[in-house]
Amino acid sequence: MADVDRIPIIKMGEFLLVSIQVDMHDRLAMTLQDDLTASIVRHRARGVLIDISSLEIVDSFIGRMLGNIAAMSRVLDAETVVVGMRPAVAITLVELGMSLPGVRTALTVERAMEMLRASVRAAAPIAPVDDGPVPD
Amino acid sequence: MARNAGSRVAEILDKHERDLLAGWIDRQLKVPGVRRDLLDEPELREQSRQFLRLVRDAAARAGVEDIDTTEWEPVREQLRALSRERARRGFTPSETAMFVFSLKEPLFARLRQEIGMDLNALADETWAANLLLDRLGLFTTEVHQQGREEVINRQNQDMLELSTPVVELWDGILALPLIGTLDSVRTQIVMENLLQRIVETGASIAIIDITGVATVDTLVAQHLLKTVAAARLMGADCLISGIRPQIAQTIVHLGVELQSVTTKATLADAFAVALARTGQSVGRGRTSA
Repeated sequence: MADVDRIPIIKMGEFLLVSIQVDMHDRLAMTLQDDLTASIVRHRARGVLIDISSLEIVDSFIGRMLGNIAAMSRVLDAETVVVGMRPAVAITLVELGMSLPGVRTALTVERAMEMLRASVRAAAPIAPVDDGPVPD
Repeated sequence: MARNAGSRVAEILDKHERDLLAGWIDRQLKVPGVRRDLLDEPELREQSRQFLRLVRDAAARAGVEDIDTTEWEPVREQLRALSRERARRGFTPSETAMFVFSLKEPLFARLRQEIGMDLNALADETWAANLLLDRLGLFTTEVHQQGREEVINRQNQDMLELSTPVVELWDGILALPLIGTLDSVRTQIVMENLLQRIVETGASIAIIDITGVATVDTLVAQHLLKTVAAARLMGADCLISGIRPQIAQTIVHLGVELQSVTTKATLADAFAVALARTGQSVGRGRTSA
């Protein structure tokens, strides 16, 4: 299997979609962090959806990375939703003492999109200027 | 001398089998607290006869020093079967061991008769016979114990499987009624079951009902929170319901943090919350006619 050195980040409207299909190693995780923060800024994304349904193995580093990505996105004003965590992965993370308190989670991609849309809608009154003047 | 110790035992077993058997059975029936209710006399007679014959054969072939040899295997086999059977019927370990120990009296009496005044020989032979019967008696106790342990293990396993059902209450709402104590092994099974069902049903809310949990201490609370955290990681919310008044008090006295979880007093309340969160409602249907 060819060594993957980048995880693709797909732009979908005002959201970014990341699907992790390979086992994460530490360098890959760091690259993803760099790429993702850069993309959020470049595309002015309001939400990030990370699909980890193919991820079978996690360690504390990957767990921390997920938490970090969520925290960084929040600083850049984008919500992060982690989608499709497997039971075994969830148990492992909890046993490692990482319950990722700052990360929002969803079971399916549809539900995650709904959550992102809802949170963007909720934040609408103070949203970009090009939406027109704020109604009184 | 040591080599010969017990040779007379084998000889006596061979020569006086019938008398020994009669004496032994008589003795067994007279033991205080004999379990006539659990075992009838013909069965006891048959077991004793068979046992004595097997011991006689084994002693004649391999001596009485060591009961772990292959020659003694038939004896061990019978004792194993007998011990298991008695354990199953509810005999205590000592009642089971008495089967062997009660053979001492007739055997020693017979030794005394045979050897007569040679006190050294009598002491040696008695010692050899004593050792043999002690070993056999202990063997029955061990097997008895093993039998009990097997029963306990099986019941344990059954309980684990029975006690963690995950039920689908409504579309997208799961309930997990917990009963009994929550230790780390059960938490693991509960967690796995719950998460698996969340994946299968695509439920977004799970209600953990602890009405049947006897006590909640810090450890149990921690196990509960772990389960909640794992479910949340998968994208499902957890509610905890069925907190009894005493348990609410204990939780606060122990300083357990349950702030991060929605808790409700009854399953019905939690269900109402779950319905509201999933945007569903259940109402009293209009009665026809």
